[in-house]
Parts: sequence; structure tokens; C-alpha cells
Amino acid sequence: MADDKEREGTELVVAEYHRKIKEAFEVFDHEANNTVDVRIKAGAFLPGLSSGVSREIGTIIRSLGCCPSEGELHDLIAEVEEEEPTGYIRYEKFLPVMTEVLLERRYRPIPEDTLLRAFEVLDSSKRGFLTREELIKYMTEEGEPFSQEEMEEMLSAAVDPESNSIHYKDYIAMMVVDES
Amino acid sequence: MGCGTSSSTKDRKSEKALKAALVIQNWYRGYSARLKARQRYALTIFQSIEYADEQGQLQLSNFFSFMLENYTQIHEKDPELVARLFGRTLQDSKDRQEYVSFVDVPDSYNGPRLQFPLTFTDIDLLVEAFKQQQILHAHYVLEVLFETKRVLKQMPNFTQVKTSPTKEITICGDLHGKLDDLFLIFYKNGLPSGSNSYIFNGDFVDRGKHSMEILMILFVSFLVYPNDLHLNRGNHEDFMMNLRYGFTKEILHKYKLHGKKILQILEDVYTWLPIGTIIDNEILVIHGGISESTDLNLLHRIERHKMKSVLMPPISIDEDQDTDLKKTKTGANVVPREGKTNESPSEQLPKHEWEQVVTVFSASNYYEEGSNRGAYIKLCCDMTPRFFQYQVTRATCLRPLYQRVNTMESSAIRILKERMLSRKTDLIRAFQLQDRSKSGKLSMGQWAFSMENTLGLNLPWRSLSPHLVTTDKNGNINYMSTFQDIHIQKPVKEAQSTLIETLYRYRSDLQIIFNVIDSDHSGLISMEEFRAMWKLFNSHYSIHIEDFQVDELAERMDLNKDGSIDFNEFLKAFYVVHKLEKLNKSDANLL
Repeated sequence: MADDKEREGTELVVAEYHRKIKEAFEVFDHEANNTVDVRIKAGAFLPGLSSGVSREIGTIIRSLGCCPSEGELHDLIAEVEEEEPTGYIRYEKFLPVMTEVLLERRYRPIPEDTLLRAFEVLDSSKRGFLTREELIKYMTEEGEPFSQEEMEEMLSAAVDPESNSIHYKDYIAMMVVDES
Repeated sequence: MGCGTSSSTKDRKSEKALKAALVIQNWYRGYSARLKARQRYALTIFQSIEYADEQGQLQLSNFFSFMLENYTQIHEKDPELVARLFGRTLQDSKDRQEYVSFVDVPDSYNGPRLQFPLTFTDIDLLVEAFKQQQILHAHYVLEVLFETKRVLKQMPNFTQVKTSPTKEITICGDLHGKLDDLFLIFYKNGLPSGSNSYIFNGDFVDRGKHSMEILMILFVSFLVYPNDLHLNRGNHEDFMMNLRYGFTKEILHKYKLHGKKILQILEDVYTWLPIGTIIDNEILVIHGGISESTDLNLLHRIERHKMKSVLMPPISIDEDQDTDLKKTKTGANVVPREGKTNESPSEQLPKHEWEQVVTVFSASNYYEEGSNRGAYIKLCCDMTPRFFQYQVTRATCLRPLYQRVNTMESSAIRILKERMLSRKTDLIRAFQLQDRSKSGKLSMGQWAFSMENTLGLNLPWRSLSPHLVTTDKNGNINYMSTFQDIHIQKPVKEAQSTLIETLYRYRSDLQIIFNVIDSDHSGLISMEEFRAMWKLFNSHYSIHIEDFQVDELAERMDLNKDGSIDFNEFLKAFYVVHKLEKLNKSDANLL
């Protein structure tokens, strides 16, 4: 009995996940043909990107609350891509993989204090801020480097124009508020 | 203290830095993706609602057809009403001199002064003046309109244009009153001239705030270069659409004294705009595109000036001529939806990709700042067309993405909430139907289903739910929270909620109908006209409001007690109050 109920519960959860994934997918499905571009160029609806490559499928996955690294994202895309990469991802392939990701609660988002500590590590002299140059250096040379666009995008919101530096504590607080 | 220790410290340090960088990058990419998704959701809301509005127009147009079909019955009951409704023709006999000479240009007028016959100097003059926010005097507006009509009358339904290796042609799509976009196009591509041809493919007006200025620049350019500036009629070059989508309001606001005169002439000028342009006998440029049933031969033949409005069936006394018009009506009424932006980058497209139909749209930031870019096409002979994109920005540098997204998102949620409010009764009924236990709660699935079905909007409800309702700790929705911080301001306290809601929901349609009845643009209609119209409206739209309720309301709105209703005031009174934000009445642009 308890097993049945549990199974029913999981079924309901899966059904809800399916609908959520479908919603997110459909919003990016330009041609309404159940496929999504793996990469898009100069998206007309994304004025933040003027050129270069972006990954819609990555955006969809992240919009569903997951935070895979670039490497993890790459692997995930490989799982859902066609055998012969057409540049498009089909919904039928995407759905089961994404459902698993959600059920297993993979790629959990970074908690706020972890993010703060990361900034503090980079701010070795504990000034409470990073200079523009420092942030650029770290973001474009370390880890999974930013593209020029990503860097510019981040700077436009993070840099305090008067001091030309990033007061990371304030910045984080602002982003958190924006998302709530 | 030796090399070994310091290098391992260094290693540990750089490893920590690497990890930290990874954390920040990972977080940022997630955040950035969510921003873009929010932007995309906002866009989806705008598009869905616009699409739903177009369906609404269909209903209105059916209403007018219904009235026309029941002409005789209505005529018996109220001959004057019918005459007003269907007898709109400009008194062609009225001398142009009469109109224009009555309008003096005072010496104190500092705006641009046009000189007829017009030359390219006048185009420059207008562009400079409009950049300085000046308004062209009604005298010149009327002169331009009369002259434009005179020239357009001589043109066939389709303008034939030829390109040559040295003469490209530029095609622009919808501008919708966005003057900055026109300026940007002229800046990038040059002003129209004998060597710089343009086709403007309709929808110059409505929605944006500078429809009049765009129209004047286009008409003046047309008069100066009639062989090089081509204008096609769009579905917004239509007096009824203008009533609903803002141009009429703009005119009456900018031209308080002579606005009505301008409207009357404009109504007529629209009907003389060509239907389309044909380039090199190969390419058809037409607003709204084509369908399988489009018959070019028919379109070449019809008397285009009899099509007063997309929403109104063409009326003519002569039965024979009618047949052609009737055939076109079915095609012209349902305007196929246009795509919003050309998604190609500014480079040449391989020919096979553009073989059949291309859509071009030239109003950037159409829904809201940051929503989309605009584009234009340059064509020449057998060469592949080139596409150019652009976007107007108000500030000298772009605001950060999150601010732009916030603006777009709030705007979208706001209009969505107003929509929900206009169907409050139906929504509550749908919710309660599913809430068997009367708990006031529904599952996410049930709530999303009710919303989608009742509103007829295909939206990502689950993702939008945090903006629209409150959820309890089990993830269930408190469905009445849908209406918690928004309500319709009651113009009259005692009026029943359902009545108010219905009037709010149909206010755009009612505004059009009332304006149509009010042929002398006085702003007033009589109580009898109001009642007669309401009865018809009631039956056609299947609204369940008792006549006496409307009567009561009408009596209360008749403040002067003189038997007439100022319907604009009446409809303006139905605005939505968003409790959580200061309502800017001038933003109520749905009215």
C-alpha cells in the first residue's frame, strides 16, 4: 500500500516535471516544431548578445534551476544531441534526460555564502572589493573562462562606476534580490 | 622555508583561486541564463496577448458584418443610427480650399513651415524640426494630406518598380509611430531621394507616440519623390484601428483645435494608399502577406478606396461592383500575423533560404525597451537581398541586462494581470469547478489548466506562477491570491462587479463602436443610441447583463442630465488599479 502511494507520488512528481520541462522548451522553440537550436547566432530576442555563440539548450537547463558547469553542460548536450549533430535538439530526446536530472537533483545551485567566500578568496588582501582588472583577469584566465560578451555583461552590472571596482558583497545582495 | 614549501603554497593558492573562479563563473552563467529565460517569458506574454487581441478584432469585425446583415431590421427601429454607422463618406464636394484656408498659421508659430510645391528642403526641414520635438501645424498637415490624396488617387492598386545594378531599393516594415527607428534607418541608409528608393510596407502609425510625425515625413517624401518613395497600406492605415491603437488619441491630443478635421481627411487618404508594390515583376511587397486564396488579378481590379476599414465590410450601393469587393473581404479581414523580427544577421543569405516569403519588421523595442531589434532589406536586380538590423536605445550606453529584463518583465506581468482581471468571474468559476473540497487551493496542474483554458493564452504558467499567485508549503496554489493586489476602479460605487468587469473587458471594442456612431467626433452619443448599441452588442457577444443594469449605469454617467453620454470619459473611468505600484494614468495605453 505504502509502495503504491509512493509510486503514485513519484508519478505525479514526474508528470509535473514533464510539464515544467515542456514549458521551458516551448518558450525557446522558435519554429514550434519541437526542436531547439543547440547554438544560435545573433539572437534577435536577446539584445544582450550582439554576436557570437550562445546555447539555448544551456539556457533552458539553467532556467529550470540547475547549475551545471560548462563541462557538465557539454556532456549533457552530447547525451541529447542527434547521432549526426544537426544543430538541433529534439524534445523527445531532451525530456527523459532532463527529467532524470531534476529527479536526481543534479547540478544544484551555488549557495549565497559559497559565492561570497569565492569572491573573498580572490580578494586576498581583504579590501572588500576587486578591481575591474582583477575580475577580468580571473574570469577570463581561470576556471572555465568567460567569453568577451559574458565578461562585458557581468561588468556592466557589477562595476561601481565611481570607484571602478566591484564591491562584491553589495553586488551579490543585489543579484539575490533581483531573483527573489 | 625552501623553494619546495613556497611553491606548494603557491600551488594551493592558485588551486583555491581556480576553484573560486569556477564557483563565480558557474553562478554567473546560471544567473545570466535565468535572466534570458525571464526575458523570453516576457516576450511570450506580449506576443500571446497581441495574438489574442487580433482574435478579438475578428469578433468586432463580425459584429459589424452582423449589423450590416441585419441592416433592414435595425433601420426600421432606428434609421438615424444606421445612417450614422454606415453612411460615413467624406463630402468630396467640400473644397480643399475651404478646409485649409480656415486654418491660419499664426505668426507666433515656431514650427516648420512647408512650401508648396514641396522639395527636398522640406524633407530636411521636417526631420530637423521633429528631432527638436516640434509639432507641424494643422494647416500644413491638412495641405499635405490633401495633396497626398490627390496624387495617390492617380495610382493603380499596385505600384510597379524596377531596380538596376546602380539602383538598389530599401524595404522597411512596420514602424508603428516609432520615430527614432525611422531616424535610425535614415541615418544608416540615407534620406529618400531620386537615387535612394524606399518602400514602406504599411503600419506607419499606432502604438508609438510619433505616428503623425512619421506619416508627415513619409507623405512629404512621397510628394517630393513620387517615383522613388513607395507606400503600401497596412492594416493600421485604418480609422477604426487608429481608434483602438492610439493614433486617433495622438491626433486629438496634438491638434486640439483641428484634430477632427484631420481625422476626417485621413480616413479618406488611407483608402487611396496602394495595396502593394511589385519589384521587377518578380517580387511582391504587401502588408500582411498572402494566403493560398490570394488572387492578384482580383486585387488589381478592385476599387481599393471603398475599403474603409479592415474591421468594417465594404459598403456600396452598386450591387455589381460589390461582388469583387465581397470576394476580397474574406482575404482582407483576417490579417495573417506577422513575424516580429528578421532573425538573420547582417550578411547575405544563400538564395535557397529566402526563396518564398520574407517578413520584415522595423520597429525595434516594439513591446518594451529591449524586446527586439528592427530591420530593413536592401534589394537589387538579381542579387541576393541584404538584411540590416538595428535597435534604438534611449541612453547613450545600454543599461545593464538585469535592469532591462526587469522593465520588460514588470511590463509583461502587468498587462497579463489586467487581462486576468478582465476575466475574473470566469476564472473564479473555473477554479471553483476544480476545487471540490472548497479549500481555496488547487494543485499547480489544476491552476495552470484553468488559467490556460479560461484566458485562451498559451503561456508557461508554471514558470510564471511566482509572479501571479501565492503558494503554500505543499506547493499548492491559493487561487484567490490571483486577484489580491489588483482591482478595477469602479466609476460608480453601487455598480455591480460583473457589469464593471464586462465593460472593462470590452472597453476597446465599445470605444470603437461608440466612435463610429459618433460620426461628428463630438465625444457624445445620446442615451437612445447607447441603449440601442448596447442591445445589439449584448446579443452578438452573448453577454449576460440585464438591460436595466446598463440603463442604470448610463443614467449615472449622464452627469449633465441632458440625455447624452460622454463615452470617452465613461470608458476612461474603467482603469485598473495595481495596489503595489503607483498607477500612471498616461500609461493606460490600452484605452
